[in-house]
Formats: sequence, structure tokens, C-alpha cells
Amino acid sequence: MAITVNLPSVLAAHAGGARTIEAAGRTLGEAVADVATRFPALGPRLRDKDGKPYPFVNFYVNDEDVRFRGGFAAPVQDGDEVTVIPAIAGG
Amino acid sequence: MTQAFIASPPLTARPLRCRNCGATGAPAPVAICGQCLGPLDPVYDPKRPLPDRDTIAGRPPSLWRYREWLPFDGEPTLSLDTGFTPLVDAPALARRLGVGRVWVKNDTVSHPSLSFKDRVVAAAINAAAAFGLDTIGCASTGNLANAVAAHAARAGLTAWIFIPEELETAKIVGTSVYGSRLVRVRGTYDDVNRLCAQVADRFGWGMVNVNLRAYYGEGSKTVAHEIAEQLGWRLPGAVVAPMAGGSLLTKLRKGFGEFIAAGLVTGAVPRLYGAQASGCAPIVRLVERGGGELQPELPRTICRSLAIGNPADGAFAARAIRETGGWAAAVSDAELVDGIRFLAEDAGIFAETAGGVTAAAARALARDGRLGPEDEVVLCVTGHGLKTLDAVRDTLPEAPVIAPRLREVAALVQR
Repeated sequence: MAITVNLPSVLAAHAGGARTIEAAGRTLGEAVADVATRFPALGPRLRDKDGKPYPFVNFYVNDEDVRFRGGFAAPVQDGDEVTVIPAIAGG
Repeated sequence: MTQAFIASPPLTARPLRCRNCGATGAPAPVAICGQCLGPLDPVYDPKRPLPDRDTIAGRPPSLWRYREWLPFDGEPTLSLDTGFTPLVDAPALARRLGVGRVWVKNDTVSHPSLSFKDRVVAAAINAAAAFGLDTIGCASTGNLANAVAAHAARAGLTAWIFIPEELETAKIVGTSVYGSRLVRVRGTYDDVNRLCAQVADRFGWGMVNVNLRAYYGEGSKTVAHEIAEQLGWRLPGAVVAPMAGGSLLTKLRKGFGEFIAAGLVTGAVPRLYGAQASGCAPIVRLVERGGGELQPELPRTICRSLAIGNPADGAFAARAIRETGGWAAAVSDAELVDGIRFLAEDAGIFAETAGGVTAAAARALARDGRLGPEDEVVLCVTGHGLKTLDAVRDTLPEAPVIAPRLREVAALVQR
């Protein structure tokens, strides 16, 4: 069983139309790097050229904001669900 | 020969451009750039004819008198009577704060739902109409829920509204009463916001502060437009406004800038000051710390309408504050309750908790010397106190109960 990555519809086109893809890695950063390798068009939309997250693209591991868990250093394991959501404010 | 028929052109929404990478796109209920995931803003035609002061002054008293700066072409059809709230001179408040002059931009009496969120929903619901959407919705800390429910009911649209489970009773009742589909979510506002991003993506509804956000946010600019016009076509030196997602600060700057660019007013954009509750002050802390990276927080404050721990416009708000020469202040829950009370006692305006935060932050900024006797200051008070009665109820004196006898009144008068 791998890590599941849920993409917003604006990114699905860069993953061959898939809204959900699989990834492998021990940290979120490794999982994102794995996705970037297999879907080259997705890579630069998920992280900057230094491999760091953008301030306006949020990652959640099992619905928890990873910025409370160490960002890309957050540990992940098989069965985890990673959700990518563009930052949108409200009030 | 057929009879000539003259109809207003149907309302259309303006195209969009990414604030991050500059990519442009057709008008759509989409708030996220497909290239880089950056936020989208509407693009205006720089050659469009702009009205002069007299033309604006001759239009009906609503936010649509500034329609050339709202993101549509053609005539709006919905929510035509929102906006143009009073700008209230408050000399007693100015004396209390120790500043030259104070006005309160009083959106507590906004039509129809008693908060400034009526402005953004008036814009968003016309965008929904332009896109032919029959269902709108939002993630909300309360005020936006009230506004979406009210505007949708009147327009005959279905509304799906998502709020954190623990909200003030008035904000729950003031949403359900309109017949909306209200859903309480176990979690914080930030959890609700994340869920609504997924809901908008899945169901294709017009979530006003998610996929209609580019259009929605522009409604906030009309606070600045109104302040400029109501001061007699001039700008104040400073504006203090509450910050939740941070959008209002950025839109105030844009709105004032638009009127300067149009030659309707002269001078510089006012110094912008942001206010938050200290139990949820990620934008204040970013201003104080410097830099551009916001640290999200877990909210712990009675000011639920500002309890956004992960404000997506936070970095943009901090930049607007710094670049206009303003600052930011956070106040405790006790201070914000005091702010509600002195705003009511000095200006006759009963505000919800966010208004108490704004008033108390203005006092803190004046104490620190950031606002002074030479300053003309506008406080943006954004929601009505009847929505958050519990915040102040226990701090007020008990009213005496008497028999209907004159001597009992006399005894009270002598006391």
C-alpha cells in the first residue's frame, strides 16, 4: 500500500487527468519528490526550484496541516493520505 | 417593422490574471491559477470610461455607485442596495484615544445582514449570476454565513454554508433563518476552509470565498471608496481595520489607490493599521517579525470572526501595512471587550467582537505613539454587536428591577 496524493482539479491535467495518484517516501518532501519525478509537469507546481513548498500551496497529511508537523520534513507512511490544496482565505 | 427593444446588456464578469505568475484567463468561477496555483485577480480595462465626482454623487446610495471599479461589465441585477454605510464623526472617541479626529466607518448597519460581508457577497452573487450558478456557499466564521444566506434567499438561490461547530448562537440562528443548508463542522475555521476548497472543487458550486473569491474580494474595496467620498473627496491619514484572512487591508489599499489614480482624490494612500486578537494574531506577528513567511496559529480567542489561524492573504496584508507606513496591534480578550464598551459609550455604535478588537487596537497604537494628535483616523467597524452578545453581557451592570412607582425611580435618581 502506498501513500495516496489527492490533487485539486487544476492540477489533475498535469497528472494525466488523475485526481488521485500514489507516491512513496518517508517524509512528505520525499513523497512530493517522487511525484515530481513521475509527473514532471506537476513538480514545479508543488515546490519551488529549491525543493521548498510555496506559501500559497498547502499540504495536509490525513487532513492535518503539515505546517504544524514540520512541513516537508513531516513523516509519512504507507496508507497516509496527502491532500494538496491551494491557499484560499475567507472570513 | 418590429418595435425597437432596448435592454441592458447581461452582466458579464471580467477576465482573471494570476497575482503570482501573471498568467491570464477567461472569466470563470476559479480562484486558483492553473499554471502556478497562485491567487487570481480580476483584470479591468484600463481604457474604460471612469465617472467624475458629480456623476458618482448622483447615483443611488449603494456600493454600485462605484461600479466601474467592480469586476463586471453590464448592469448588476442582484443585491443592489448594499453599501454606503454611515461614516460617523466620533469626537469623544478621538479624545479618549488622544488623536486629532476619529470617524467610524459603520458597517454594523450594513444591509441586509449587519456586517461588511454584505459587500463581498453583493459582488460574489452577481458573479454567480454571470456564470449561471444556481447554488452558492461559503466557509465562514459567522458574518459571511449570515450574508450569504440572506443574499441567496433574496435571489432565490440555494446556499450551502459551512461553519465551525462552536459559533455564537446569533450567527447560527442568523444563518438558518433564511432557509439555507447550514453545516456545522467539527474543527476550526481553517478546517472548514480546507473542506470548502474541496467542496468547491467537487461540486462546482459558487463558494463565494473559494472559487468566486477573485470577484468576491473586490467588494471590500468599496469601504475605501466610500470613506474617500464621505470625507468630501479626500483621504484620512490613517485607517485601522480588523484582520481575519487579511483581505480587507489589501483591498483598502487598492481602493484608495484606484481613487488617487482616477484623480478623484489627491495625496497618498492612508497608513493602514491592522488589528487582531492576541489569541489569533499571525498577521500582527508577521508585521512585527518582518519577512514574508506567515506562521499559522491555532486560534484561542472569543473573537471568533477573526479566528483564522492560517490567513491566505496574511502576507499580502502585512506588505500593505508596511508599504503604507502603518503597523499592526494585537489585543487581549479583556481589552477587546473594553473596546466594545467604549466604542458604544463614546460613539453610540454597538460592535461585535471584531469591532472591539479594532477599537482596542487603535487605543494600543495611540498609546505606543503610532497614532497621535495630528492624525485623522478612520476605524473600520465591520459587524453588529447583537451578533456577539455573550462577549459583553456579563461585564455590564445589572439593570435594577422596580415596582411601577415614582418613588422607586426617585430613589434610583438620588443614588
